Amino acid sequence: MRRTISVLVENTFGSFNRVATMFSGKGFNINSISIGETEIKDISRMTIVTSGDNQILDQVVKQLNRLIDTLKVVDLSDQPKTERELALIKVKYQNNSLEAIKNICDIFRGNIVDINNNTITLEITGPPDKIIAAVNVLSQHGIKEMARSGTVALKRGEQQKQLKKEFLKI
Amino acid sequence: MKENEKLLSGAEIFFEMLRKENVDTIFGYPGGAVIKLYELLDDITFLKHILVRHEQGATHMAKGYACVTGKPGVVLVTSGPGATNTVTGIADAYMDSVPIVVFTGQVPTRLIGNDAFQEADIVGITRPITKHNFLVRDVKDLAIIMRKAFYIASSGRPGPVLVDIPKDVINNVTEFHYPENIEIRGYKPKYRGHINQTKKAALMIEKAKKPLLYIGGGVIISNGERELQILAKENGLPVAMTLLGLGAFPGTDPLSLGMLGMHGTYTANMAMQNCDLLVSIGARFDDRVTGNVSKFSPNSYKIHIDIDPTAIDKNVIIDLPIVGDAKHVIAELAAEINNKPNIDDWMQQINQWKTECPLYYEKEDGKLRTEYIIEKLSEKTGGNAIIVTDVGQHQMWTAQYYKFNYPHSHITSGGLGTMGVSVPAAIGASFANPNRPVFSISGDGGFQMNIQELITAAAYKCNVKFIIINNNYLGMVRQWQELYHNKIYSFTNLGESNPDFVKVGEAMGITSFSTDKVEEVDDLLEQVLNINDRPTLLEFKVEKEDMVLPMVPANGSVNDIIVSKFSPNKLV
Repeated sequence: MRRTISVLVENTFGSFNRVATMFSGKGFNINSISIGETEIKDISRMTIVTSGDNQILDQVVKQLNRLIDTLKVVDLSDQPKTERELALIKVKYQNNSLEAIKNICDIFRGNIVDINNNTITLEITGPPDKIIAAVNVLSQHGIKEMARSGTVALKRGEQQKQLKKEFLKI
Repeated sequence: MKENEKLLSGAEIFFEMLRKENVDTIFGYPGGAVIKLYELLDDITFLKHILVRHEQGATHMAKGYACVTGKPGVVLVTSGPGATNTVTGIADAYMDSVPIVVFTGQVPTRLIGNDAFQEADIVGITRPITKHNFLVRDVKDLAIIMRKAFYIASSGRPGPVLVDIPKDVINNVTEFHYPENIEIRGYKPKYRGHINQTKKAALMIEKAKKPLLYIGGGVIISNGERELQILAKENGLPVAMTLLGLGAFPGTDPLSLGMLGMHGTYTANMAMQNCDLLVSIGARFDDRVTGNVSKFSPNSYKIHIDIDPTAIDKNVIIDLPIVGDAKHVIAELAAEINNKPNIDDWMQQINQWKTECPLYYEKEDGKLRTEYIIEKLSEKTGGNAIIVTDVGQHQMWTAQYYKFNYPHSHITSGGLGTMGVSVPAAIGASFANPNRPVFSISGDGGFQMNIQELITAAAYKCNVKFIIINNNYLGMVRQWQELYHNKIYSFTNLGESNPDFVKVGEAMGITSFSTDKVEEVDDLLEQVLNINDRPTLLEFKVEKEDMVLPMVPANGSVNDIIVSKFSPNKLV
C-alpha cells in the first residue's frame, strides 16, 4: 500500500540524514522523499512516500516520531490533502512531431521551459498519477532525460494554525 | 562582570558541565584531539578519571557503571580510531537501553571532511546505534549540547548519546551560562500511562484464569521492583523474566518462574505458551523470547506496558498497549485491581510443570560443571552479589542458576550479545559500588576479547572477581554445531591455543587460581570472596561438551523444546 507521510523536522545539521538512515536501517521502502523550508524558521518539512503493510507503516510513523529531531509526523494517506509533484521531461522532437508534443503539454497543463534543435523540455506539475500519465504518453516520442521532484503534500483545511502556535511559543 | 559570565574555554566548560551533571567517574583514553581536556583533567578533583587500555573497554565500563547506579556512564576518547573503537560498546548500550554519554574528540572544524589525520565521521558512523548524537560546531553551543546529551541519555527509554567535539571548539573561549532549563521540542518522553487503558488492564487481570507477568529490563531501569512485588504478590500472579529482567523480582520467591525464552525454564516457557493473559512490562518480545512469532502464546490476550511506543506491535500484535514508565503504570495497575483473580488451577498446573521438569544437570559423575559452580556462587553470596556475565553458555547457565534477589545486580549483553563485555563491565560496576562483591563471569573465548582491561582492574585495585568458565570451546557455537550443523566443530575448539590463564592473571598483577575439581569449588569461591582490596582471578576447567538446556530452537515454538537428557521425567 502506498502511503504519504508528512514530517516536520528541526532544520539542523544531519536531520535529513537521520531519517534516511532510519529508513535504510529498518529496511523500510522509500518511493520518494522531498525536503524544504516551511513557514516557520528552523523547521523543515519532509514528504515521504513509502509502501508496505499496515504493521510496517505503523512502525514507520513510530520510528519517525522516536527521532529526537522530529517534531511532528502526520500520515496523510487517508486524509483530505493536496499532493503535487514536478517533473522536468526532455523529449526528442522532429519537425513533424513538435505540434503533437506541444499538444500533450497543453493537455497536461504543462509549460515548455526549454527548446533547442533536437529536444524540448516540458515542466509538468500535478499529483503523481498525472505525471505518470504524461510520462507514458511522452515516452513514444523518446524521453532523453527526466528529473522528478518527489511528492510534496499538505493537509487541506486550517489545522496548521494550531501547529504554528505550538512551535512558536517554544 | 558577573561570575557566570566569565570567558571560559571549551575545555573549562566541558568540566564545568560534568560537575553540574554530578559526574564522579569517567572512563577514558587520551589522544591528540582531546589533549587539552586531559591537560585540565590533571587538576580536576571532583571526578575520577579511569585510564582504560582500549576504548571499547571504556564504553563497556560505562555500561557496568550505569547499570549499577542508574546514572549515565561517561566516556572520553580521542578522534578517529579512539572514536571508532567505542562503536561496539555504543551499539551494545543501545540494544540494552543503557544510558551512556560518549565524548569523542574530533579534528578541528576547518579540517573536517579533509581526510585529516585521525579523522572519522563518528557522528555518521554512530547515527543508527545512538539514541541521538551531536557534533559541536561552535563553543557557544557546548554547554547546551552537553546538558541535552545527559538529559536524552537518561530520560525516557535510556540509551547512548555521543557528543563529537572538534579540537578548536575545545580551545575556543566564550561566555559561559549554565543552561538551567532545556527544551527539546521533538522529545517529550511520556511517563504516565493512559488511565483508561490501565483500568481496562486491571479488569482483564481480575477476570483472567491463566495470567502471566512477562517482565523485562524496563522494570529495573524504572526502579519499579517494589511496585512489581506488590502487583504480583497481592494478586498471586506468576512472574517470568527476560534475561535483562532478572533481578526485577526475587528469584527465590515461589511466584518466580525464572527466565523465559530460548534457554528459559520449562515452566516459564510452558506458562507463556498456555496463558490466557500475558502482561508484558518493560520487555520487547525479542526473537530469543518469542521464537516463531506465529506460534507464540497463541491463546492469550496481550497487554504491553512500555515507555517506547515503537516496541508496541513491533514483533507481536498487542491487544492492549499502555505507553508509559513501568514503575508508574505498575503502581496504577496494582491500585486499580479490586478483586484478586481466582487462579488456583493455573498455579497448580504451574507447580506441576515445576516438579515435572525442573532445571537439572548431572551431578553423580563427579565432573565439574558450570551449573554447579553457579549454584554454589548463588548460595555463597545469597544472591546479593553483582554478577556480570559475558555471552554464551556460561551466560545462560548463570541466568538459570543464580537466584538474583535484587535489581541492578545482573549485568550482561542481552540484545547485541557482545562477547568481551564482562571483564570491562565488571570493572565499571566496581567503580559504581566498590563495597559489593562484583563477579565477572566469562567463557574462555570472551575473556580474551577484552583481556587487556585486567591491567586496568589491577592498577585501580578493583574489587572484581574474574571467573573464567573454561571448556576450551566457543561453547554455545559448539552446541549449535552439534545440534544443527552436522557436528562439524569448525573453529570452535580453542583448546590448544588458549593461554595459561593463571599466568596471564599473575603477569597482570592479579592473584589467580585454577581448578578442575568439584570439591575445590567451595573453598576457592570462599577465598576470592575474602579478598576485597584487589582483583582476583579464578579459572574453572569444566566439562568440555555440555549443552545448555532446556532449549527452544531458534524460530521454533515451545512445543519443540529440548529438555535435559538427564531430566527425571525427560520429555524429548
